[in-house]
Amino acid sequence: MVDKQIALSGEKPAGGRGYARTRRKIEDIVGMFWRGIIYLFLGFWSIIVIFPMVWVIGSSFKTTGEIFMSPWLPPAQLMWDNFARAWTKAFIGQYLFNTLVVIIPAIFFTLLFSAMAGYVLARFQFPGNRFIFYAFLGGMLFPVMLALVPLFFLLDSMHILDSHFGLILVYIAYSLPFTVFFLTGFLKTLPNELLEAAIIDGAGPFQLFFMIVIPLAKNGLVSMAIFNFLGQWNQYILPLVLLTDSNKYVLSQGLAFLSQQQRYQNDWAGLFAAIVIVMVPTLVVYVLFQNQIQRGLTVGALKG
Amino acid sequence: MYKNKYRVIVPFLAPAVILYLVFVIYPYARSMYNSLTSWKGVSSHQPFVGLYNYGRMIQDELFWNALSHNLQYLLFIPLITISLSLFLAFMITQRIRGNRFFRVTFFFPQVVSVISIGVLWSYIFHPTIGVLTSLASMLGLEPFFQLLGFEGIPVWMGDPRTVRISIGGVVIWQAVGFYMVLFLAAMEAIPQTFYEAAILDGANRWHQFRHVTLPLLWDTMQTALVFAALGAFDMFAITKVMVVSGSSTGRPADVLATYLYEQAFEASRFGYATAIAVSLFLMMLALSVFTMRVTRRETVEY
Repeated sequence: MVDKQIALSGEKPAGGRGYARTRRKIEDIVGMFWRGIIYLFLGFWSIIVIFPMVWVIGSSFKTTGEIFMSPWLPPAQLMWDNFARAWTKAFIGQYLFNTLVVIIPAIFFTLLFSAMAGYVLARFQFPGNRFIFYAFLGGMLFPVMLALVPLFFLLDSMHILDSHFGLILVYIAYSLPFTVFFLTGFLKTLPNELLEAAIIDGAGPFQLFFMIVIPLAKNGLVSMAIFNFLGQWNQYILPLVLLTDSNKYVLSQGLAFLSQQQRYQNDWAGLFAAIVIVMVPTLVVYVLFQNQIQRGLTVGALKG
Repeated sequence: MYKNKYRVIVPFLAPAVILYLVFVIYPYARSMYNSLTSWKGVSSHQPFVGLYNYGRMIQDELFWNALSHNLQYLLFIPLITISLSLFLAFMITQRIRGNRFFRVTFFFPQVVSVISIGVLWSYIFHPTIGVLTSLASMLGLEPFFQLLGFEGIPVWMGDPRTVRISIGGVVIWQAVGFYMVLFLAAMEAIPQTFYEAAILDGANRWHQFRHVTLPLLWDTMQTALVFAALGAFDMFAITKVMVVSGSSTGRPADVLATYLYEQAFEASRFGYATAIAVSLFLMMLALSVFTMRVTRRETVEY
């Protein structure tokens, strides 16, 4: 960078060889100094980000006694039992199971319904097309807070309050606006020729959609699967309001419940283990698919 | 394409539209109406009271208490988060070794759920088992805090004076990586030739950043500001999980979202709670329009 700067700036060293060498040396020192400062800042922030997580993982292997003795000492022995307790006695296993029961169908149907709607909105002209598209878009303006009370009573009157089925429907409905918006844009870019050729070959509309459109839209669907997975996995307020039976709690809700409970029960070691069980899998998945996930998560903020 | 295209359009649109109408549009519309009733939730009877709830809200000290906390967050969180993430993004683009590592690491907190983050930090802040108080006393910061008027090292989440700083700090800690990645993506989209031209004109690093990068990032900055501002007006999950309701720091940590949740699902004042929710929505809407307006300038196309 520095060398290039000299080369491009067109300044010819004025005072012969000796001058050029001194000048090069000064540039080198400035460059090193600059680099040092950059590493200092970046390293500092890395520690701030990593340390809390490492600390929790370390504490999750201690006994509750050790946790109270000093926050700095490493565990004398790895207490794997903490994890077993968190999994069974603190119901983390149950919460994880509940979460999967909810988000697997929720994500599947979010993608299916959004792709179907997006396909029609992207490729068919009919009166009301734009209206429906903007109605979905408008849904992104409203905070979920605003819908909570009527939603609670609506589900109650439909007898699906406090059920995973009800939560699945709500998750799908609230994931639709962005997913429909994104997939409509995505499906507009599909090549026409391919679809027309399939129609000429006699493909019916459903065949066309499932055999041609869906495979072509794979990349868009994967982005949306990641985006919705993280959104629904981390969802807190909807289950908090819509699930009251603690046997049905999802992970985020269960962990919050546990931390408020444990304050009285004093099994700190078990709680630390619970946080680790919840935290580490998403971190591992992230490290494996970092690019897709960074793109998937920021896609909501970037212009289409 | 097909003889009767509505045979395709209707069944393809139906599931999405029906779910959306029933579970999203209807509750939003219903909220607007509910806020005009004094509904307690027990009976289907919903006495219409006009703007009574809104009048009561204006006189409710706890409403203003919660709102003032949102405004404090709004004042500090977006500004600090965005400057910090822009600064880190700038550092990472300085072609240094290991930038891949920093890029992955800084995004970590973003993939962990807010709930795990909240629980994790409430233990870091814990006065006896937490690592922060211990660190502060090891660094000999006690006199410093006494100078600020504390008795010693503050109890972070347990002190009304520090509870919002603690929560705000966690939110910033989590969000910085997200905005950094956003800015990095935008920075990398800027053609290299722009920088080469600037270098030819004798621009140093700061000038390049100030006169090439920043103007071209303006669109992304605007989006980021709106996002961060709306985030400061939410704060529900993090507050709910870090603060034990009914504790001494309950009220000092209140934000509109937690207050309206309490009014609805703990006090069963559903009409009143929806009035707060409608106000929250209108404030958020005004805030985004305002942010877009104030930050609008000629965008530079390339």
